[in-house]
Amino acid sequence: MNHLKKVIYNCKQATLLIEKRQIRKLSFRESIELRVHLAGCSMCQLYNKQSQIIHQMVLQLFHDTEQQASTLLLDENFKKELQERIEEGLNNN
Amino acid sequence: MVTEKQSLDPHNWVKAHADYLYSYTLSRLNDEEQAKDLVQETFLAALEKVDRFEGKSSERTWLTAILKNKIIDVYRKKSSGLANITEKKAEEEQKDFFEEDTGHWTEAHQPLPLGIEDLEPLRAKEFSHILQLCMQKLPAMWMSVFTMKHMDDATTEFICSELRVTQANFWVIIHRAKLSLRACLQKNWI
Repeated sequence: MNHLKKVIYNCKQATLLIEKRQIRKLSFRESIELRVHLAGCSMCQLYNKQSQIIHQMVLQLFHDTEQQASTLLLDENFKKELQERIEEGLNNN
Repeated sequence: MVTEKQSLDPHNWVKAHADYLYSYTLSRLNDEEQAKDLVQETFLAALEKVDRFEGKSSERTWLTAILKNKIIDVYRKKSSGLANITEKKAEEEQKDFFEEDTGHWTEAHQPLPLGIEDLEPLRAKEFSHILQLCMQKLPAMWMSVFTMKHMDDATTEFICSELRVTQANFWVIIHRAKLSLRACLQKNWI
């Protein structure tokens, strides 16, 4: 079986390409292979859609975490002690 | 144009940058104690390097770069167990998702419609909760990769070299993680 045929009929390869595409640009050859596979495989079409939605949702979760994190402040005691340690270090130099 | 040479003012570090560095860490590690430790380590490490500061970047950028390396160290430690997994083993683990000879979906793992394309806000919240639970089951490596990729826009080459995995292994891990995540959602949502 030649390489192209192998991918066209192979859901494992196709799903790998679907995941790759979310992280980096596919090569020309890869994107053709994926397109051909998807044209004939309804299960991977479904996987493709779901995978992208999940990707977006995970991004959203990370974004929300980032937003929450930006409102959290260090407590003043910790900061005070930290600056003291820095001063100590400065004096030792 | 001559840009002004930046200078450091350690007497003012905590006041000027501690909260920023803390939230920077929290958004990438989500562990308050660890974040505090890293902020402290960053300032102390910076003190040692004060004389090597060249003034080419701002004080905050310079401190953040030191912190970034410390965060990557944590990622690396968390995922070091995974670097030892051989490609072959990871490939083998995918057997349950796909038929070995044809590469078709196995019957048990065929994707089913999840109806998540346009969820009502309340249902979306529910789904996001399940998503979070499912994400916790994923290897730390996946979280590290996702964070580096999408928050810091790192290249695959950079991520692989920092986390010390081969490219081939990297893709196998990413592929496996997403297959598992989707399967977990299917199992717990439908």
